[in-house]
Amino acid sequence: MTQSRMDTRPDESDVTLPALGPMGMLRWAWRQLTSMRTALFLLLLLAIGAVPGSVWPQRNIDAGRVADYLARHRSTGPWLDRLGFFDVYSSPWFAAVYLLLFVSLVGCVVPRSKIHWRAMRAQPPAAPQRLERLPEHGEIEVDGTPQEVLKIAREVLGRRRLQGGRSAGGRALVRHWRLRSEGLSLSAESGYLRETGNLVFHTSLVVVIVAVAVGHLFGWRGDRILVTGKSFSNTISAYDTFDPGPWVNTEALSPFVVAVDKLDVTFEEHSSGAQRGASRDFTAYTRTQTSPGASQIHQILKVNGPLTFGGTSVFLLGNGYAPVITVRDAAGQVLMHEATPFLPQDANYKSVGAVKVSAASPKQLGFFGFFLPSEYLDQDAGPSSFFPDLKNPALALGVYEGELYPRGRPQSVYTLSTEKMTQLKNARGEPLRLLLKQGQTIALPGGRGSISFDAVQRWAGLSIRYDPGKLLALGGAIAALAGLIASLMVRRRRVFVRVQLKGARTVVSVGGLAKGEDPGLGATVQDLLSAIAQRTSTKASSTKGSGTKT
Amino acid sequence: MTNQTLAQYANLAVYSAMAVLTIAMIAFALDLAGAAPRVLLSTPGTEKAPALNEPALAGVIAPTSTATNTPANALAQGVPAGDPGLPRARRAAGIAMMLTRLGGLLLIAAAAMRGLSVSRPPLGNMFEFALVGCMFVVVVFVAIGLRRDVRWLGLFVVGPVLLTLGLAITVFYTDASELLPSLKSVWLVIHVTVATFSVALFTIAFSVTILHLVKTWLEAQAANDPLAMSRIRTTVNTALPPARSLDRTAYGIHAVAFPLWTFTLIAGAIWAEQAWGHYWNWDPKEVWTFVIWVVYAAYLHARATTGWSPRAANYLALAGYGAILVNYMVVNVFFVGQHSYSGM
Repeated sequence: MTQSRMDTRPDESDVTLPALGPMGMLRWAWRQLTSMRTALFLLLLLAIGAVPGSVWPQRNIDAGRVADYLARHRSTGPWLDRLGFFDVYSSPWFAAVYLLLFVSLVGCVVPRSKIHWRAMRAQPPAAPQRLERLPEHGEIEVDGTPQEVLKIAREVLGRRRLQGGRSAGGRALVRHWRLRSEGLSLSAESGYLRETGNLVFHTSLVVVIVAVAVGHLFGWRGDRILVTGKSFSNTISAYDTFDPGPWVNTEALSPFVVAVDKLDVTFEEHSSGAQRGASRDFTAYTRTQTSPGASQIHQILKVNGPLTFGGTSVFLLGNGYAPVITVRDAAGQVLMHEATPFLPQDANYKSVGAVKVSAASPKQLGFFGFFLPSEYLDQDAGPSSFFPDLKNPALALGVYEGELYPRGRPQSVYTLSTEKMTQLKNARGEPLRLLLKQGQTIALPGGRGSISFDAVQRWAGLSIRYDPGKLLALGGAIAALAGLIASLMVRRRRVFVRVQLKGARTVVSVGGLAKGEDPGLGATVQDLLSAIAQRTSTKASSTKGSGTKT
Repeated sequence: MTNQTLAQYANLAVYSAMAVLTIAMIAFALDLAGAAPRVLLSTPGTEKAPALNEPALAGVIAPTSTATNTPANALAQGVPAGDPGLPRARRAAGIAMMLTRLGGLLLIAAAAMRGLSVSRPPLGNMFEFALVGCMFVVVVFVAIGLRRDVRWLGLFVVGPVLLTLGLAITVFYTDASELLPSLKSVWLVIHVTVATFSVALFTIAFSVTILHLVKTWLEAQAANDPLAMSRIRTTVNTALPPARSLDRTAYGIHAVAFPLWTFTLIAGAIWAEQAWGHYWNWDPKEVWTFVIWVVYAAYLHARATTGWSPRAANYLALAGYGAILVNYMVVNVFFVGQHSYSGM
């Protein structure tokens, strides 16, 4: 992106620099930072720096795997953590690379934009004296006065489209040429779009970065597990987890309501091997309201088909089972009756969860264990599931009694804090394990009442997100792509024409100059010569030059 | 629902394509091996001239203007210029090109039947990516071959394609089946097709870049002491176009592939926003797509800078292709992420 700089200025590192004052040092540092070499180095550093984030688990994606990694690597883990390898994309060193890169980019784009702006408004440079020194050159002799021939050259370069089915040879000339006449010479330049595209591309990258920052500062995301038949409204307290950007006003969320009536899930039944049990379709039938009093709309929510409320979108990202469990005391009084979400652990939806019965007395009761949609007894792993759908639903639970919420600390609804609880044992002194099939009721030992597994409902894992920067990011990305295409495909060319009287005829000399390598330059020069020859309706008496060498 | 019979026919088409391409590869190799006697019969200048004078591919491939290729190259090869001689009849290459076209048709048929067998675009797992990628490589090669003489490249395109197809049908093979819900989107067609197509272009560019490095090395030897070169080196040196031309071709293909890859990245972000709710989440696949993009961006910048030799820049292009291979083979299989649906 700093091509012009690199082209025109000497490599400063090879020069013995005189003593510099503080301003000189700053200027030198700025030059270094905005040089192409530094930009390239930073680009490669960015690529290398991004890699660790794909190798090690990242906290922002899966904190559980990070904790797991740290537990398994007691010596190296903490060091990797200190170096930011589990938060690569928010680590200071990664930020340093991309911030430096963007400073370098801005430091390059701004001066180049000024130069380009001037170049676009200025006339092309005057034709050099000796056109034969240019990379492409050709000469012919034609009839007519120099002025007439020059006028023809202007016309040829000035037209915008091919005339009446001419041969393909003239195509190289059909571009927007900016012309300048001076004496018996003509300068033409075209392909300004190349540099425009280049600048648009780099500027758009800055726009994308700004958009990402906007999304980070003003955006938020929340997750909610919603059992079918229930609804939730968009307030912070309704979320299981809520992750706002630093400048989000959490009191002013748009007050929509979503209820999930039904969740249809399909799994692969017909294939064997690795594909068996793979999920095939999730469809949630919802009722939505833009605010609590508004009218209800029936909407279908699917993976790849979010619900939107203004700038906020509701995504269906997960699903699972919520067995409906009833716990009664010895007298048959219902202590708890609830659909309790369990979290899937594997592809066959072996799910963990906890049932907390705080109304039980004298001691509170807690059940902890697995829900198995298609239960079978594995020799090693114990109760397991062989398929993700409901073919043989069962609950395998251990029972605890004691204090459910010691010191009133907040805890996960999916695990039991057994700090102040003891596990119930069976007659042989082994931990008591209950295996409940759907519809079964099992009495708890010692007159503690009973537990029933009444039915199974599904839950939808909803993720709700608001990112005010995303349209800006999209616009920036599309502009960057357009600029990129222009900068790679358009060629910047200059063509010069000089005419000279030779006896009764005129010698036309054409030279071509391109920015960078340009295979079409020779054709441009040759086309211009033959077009002039044709218009002056004279056979070229001599053609010399290097136009055929491309 | 999946039609397993049709999927079987698709596999049969893949095997047939492999058989046809194997013969094509051998024929290409024979043609290259026959390049050595050409030194005596004709100058490489007359041999290569048509290729060099062809209009550059779609007007975007191969920028150059200044240096003269052919005479300097003929001298570098120690061949007396000016003696035209008769161009060798390259019958083996002709057969190879025909067979490559046939192989391309068989791959198109394989991809079509695979798609029909599962009633969706065949872009859902590693086997299908590899199949469609190979199809694109062969189709692009055949398409370029219609406009320019690329018979010298055949071996280096068909060889990798055969290797990939072999891996695809054995190691990466996945039974035809429906897609995961997150993949059921029109963006599958847009994002993955363009991704696979640009990978195909990067693959061809990679082969040309490698050949450029080899040719540069051989040209230096030929300029130094052509008589000391072994027969095989002389043969390869004669068979390949001049290094400058190879370099321009490689750059041209990269210049087309890079915007396509940029589009892949943007389309992927749009899809991710719809499917997962965030357009960029540093998922391993996203990370590597980004790494590939950055490395090739560095390559294009290095090309635009006078301070870098084309050779140094070309090493960046090779690194970029290395990242593509990691993205396809390592990330899909070993890294945990939201793109983990290799089907394995």
